[in-house]
Amino acid sequence: MDTNKHMQFVSDAKALSDLQKTLQQSKEFTSDKVFICAGGSCITSGSMKVKDAFLSHLASTPLNDCIEVMETGCLGPCALGPVVVIGKDDTFYQKVRVQDVKEIVEKHLLGGTVVESLLYAVDEKKVSKKSELPFFKNQDKQVLRNCGKINPTKIADYIAQDGYQALCRVLTKSTPEQVVEEVTISGLRGRGGAGFPTGTKWNFARKSKDSIKYILCNADEGDPGAFMDRSILEGDPHSIIEGMAIGAFAIGSTQGYVYVRAEYPLAVERLQIAIDQARTYGLIGKNILGAGFDFDLEIRKGSGAFVCGEETALITSIEGNRGEPRPRPPFPAEKGLWNKPTVLNNVETFSNIPLLINLGGAQFAETGTEKSKGTKIFALAGTVKISGLVEVPVGTPLRKLVYDIGGGISTHKKYKAAQIGGPSGGCIPAEHLDVPLDYESLNKLGAIMGSGGLIVMDESSCMVDVARFFLEFVQDESCGKCVPCREGTARMKQIVERICSGKGELKDIDELEKLASTVTNASLCGLGQTAPNPVLSTLRHFREEYIEHIVDKKCRTAVCKDLIVFEILDLCNGCQACKKVCPVEAIHGDKKHIHNIDDDVCIRCGLCLSTCKFEAIIKY
Amino acid sequence: MTKVNKCSCGNDDEGLLQRLEEIIISFKDKPGALIPVLQATQSLFGFIPEEAILKISEKLNEPLSKVYGVITFYSFFSLKPRGKFLIRVCLGTACYVQGANEVLTALKQQLSIDIGETSADKLFTLDVGRCFGACGLAPIIMVNEEVHQWVKPSDVKKILSTYKKQKTGSKEEINQEEIS
Ligand SMILES: Cc1cc2nc3c(=O)[nH]c(=O)nc-3n(C[C@H](O)[C@H](O)[C@H](O)COP(=O)(O)O)c2cc1C
Repeated sequence: MDTNKHMQFVSDAKALSDLQKTLQQSKEFTSDKVFICAGGSCITSGSMKVKDAFLSHLASTPLNDCIEVMETGCLGPCALGPVVVIGKDDTFYQKVRVQDVKEIVEKHLLGGTVVESLLYAVDEKKVSKKSELPFFKNQDKQVLRNCGKINPTKIADYIAQDGYQALCRVLTKSTPEQVVEEVTISGLRGRGGAGFPTGTKWNFARKSKDSIKYILCNADEGDPGAFMDRSILEGDPHSIIEGMAIGAFAIGSTQGYVYVRAEYPLAVERLQIAIDQARTYGLIGKNILGAGFDFDLEIRKGSGAFVCGEETALITSIEGNRGEPRPRPPFPAEKGLWNKPTVLNNVETFSNIPLLINLGGAQFAETGTEKSKGTKIFALAGTVKISGLVEVPVGTPLRKLVYDIGGGISTHKKYKAAQIGGPSGGCIPAEHLDVPLDYESLNKLGAIMGSGGLIVMDESSCMVDVARFFLEFVQDESCGKCVPCREGTARMKQIVERICSGKGELKDIDELEKLASTVTNASLCGLGQTAPNPVLSTLRHFREEYIEHIVDKKCRTAVCKDLIVFEILDLCNGCQACKKVCPVEAIHGDKKHIHNIDDDVCIRCGLCLSTCKFEAIIKY
Repeated sequence: MTKVNKCSCGNDDEGLLQRLEEIIISFKDKPGALIPVLQATQSLFGFIPEEAILKISEKLNEPLSKVYGVITFYSFFSLKPRGKFLIRVCLGTACYVQGANEVLTALKQQLSIDIGETSADKLFTLDVGRCFGACGLAPIIMVNEEVHQWVKPSDVKKILSTYKKQKTGSKEEINQEEIS
């Protein structure tokens, strides 16, 4: 297909709506489609080879001219990739391999019969339509409306789906004050973690008299277990550009930056393509849509520092320095990038803006709860059957996410906890599975909404070790500027490590709680202020596991290495595989004779366990 | 700190330093140029050599102490040459919950190196990452830009051997061997 066919400069509102009409009547828009997920995860699973296979198998059929094979942004169910959707009848195929494509083309596209073996089964019943799968049926895709529908590298696709109409409306029909007002009415709260009302933030910056202001998009997405922003950047980059342009108009800025983390090369690539296209079309740049408004946008890449997701650190990093946070006030809305008034919002926040403008603030506010409006995207991962990207109204119960959408626990074990909010967040135990996912309800349980990372854990996870894991993370990523965070998290980590190794004492728990309160109250930025949360939350909901580690010297999940023993059972046939792989020669035994492990030498690396093909090695 | 390689074959790091100078000039007038320049340097050399630091400091008019301070703050910058293949084990929450630590142990053992080190044959550098955003495929490891999904400790040997094979016959590698 010719990408450049509709390349043209959009000079004003009429030109945009004419272009949209032309695009909607074009063959590309109206033809039947095979959607191939080109989200990062599906690409890793081989979706581009599947796409090539479709192209080559279709080439020799009469369908070649009437079916378009289309790369789309993330469809959501990453664990089922590569996923393919047949547009005409909404059939959802999972785990499609290159060798399956011939059958799909011949049997389904030519013959009209669905290929049963590639369908997803719910309770052993195959479901063919995407819209009938519980994973999709239970979602409300608003922000992700275009992901899976458009090709993220083609601005024409975005424009055909009402893209840039919100910007056009704002530039030609509204004053900046009206835009701020609309955002305020909508009740939209920032999706980067803290949930600050976006309208209020924009209003501060709007009121500032400075002639130079900046608008920044936080695409640093550092929380481990979070990939919502990645999917928007890769799947619908124009929605971010449009949202930023609207924001810039509202606060009176002409220059924006998107700060993308270095770990996301594909996101950078697609966003750059989108920015270049928007510039060619005149949708960013000088005198946008003939309305006399200038705005341009640049990407800045991160360099691998978690703290740079914090707003003042991010600003310092764009300025070309060590990404260390600085005290607030002054807040960025007053003195931000290069000391100019600056608005910083998260990717998902910006992506909500065109939606909000098109719906109107009041209608936007009809979704969600009393205090938190709209939808929220969650990155569902861990031990659930379908991990991936899901969008639900704010306030949806956790249970619905884990069981109805995620399909429940993927192992034979039971649900133990969901970790929400990353290193600043907490764990939700089974008795609170019905908690509505909104800012207030989660805070009450000692967790936070955070940016949307949601990791489900089954009973094989040790909650003391989870606390240790997050302390290791924050200690590693602490920038070192302020003492409470740098030293406090190090001491907390030391104590939890001591408990994990069976050398803890009961008074360590008090010590942890005392330290936690100091670190929370005295740290300079959000990293330190929230770093104790994973410890406090596990102490609150799983205190008995701490006690077991300390008093009984026992880790019930056999995760904490110093508290476990490896043993070879009678099932051993003496194949010697474990003996060979043991790095410290702790395993003895002749060929074809049962082996044994010398517990004094064993370093509990677990290599023998993962090597044994006969399940003859256990740990307890 | 490590210096650049010198050799007479033309395509050496002296040539790269020339290229670096062009990059610096292209960024010079942008505010906050230091980090983009360092990123370009890192991908040009695979690490940041001493000569590059001196040049950047001089041309961008930034004190050496600041350039060094910025380099050491960010984990993507390295002052030491890395192996041909940079292996990064994801230790994000989803990967951790699904056994990333065991994968890391297996890699350490197979390569006989620790995190941050490079194998004696200069092929592999082992590092860890904090989530690459592919949590649906956990646990994952990245080798240069390539992602390996659902990795088990027992897969490690096979993954390494595919890269060892790539090494043989590659032109770049022969060049490197000539240099050293
Ligand atoms: C240590 C730390 C890391 C953060 N990382 C991110 C991040 O990766 N992405 C993000 O949008 N916000 C992050 N934040 C929150 C930002 O500081 C800021 O509140 C947010 O980007 C504002 O956007 P919003 O109002 O749209 O949510 C982080 C905060 C802290 C303290």
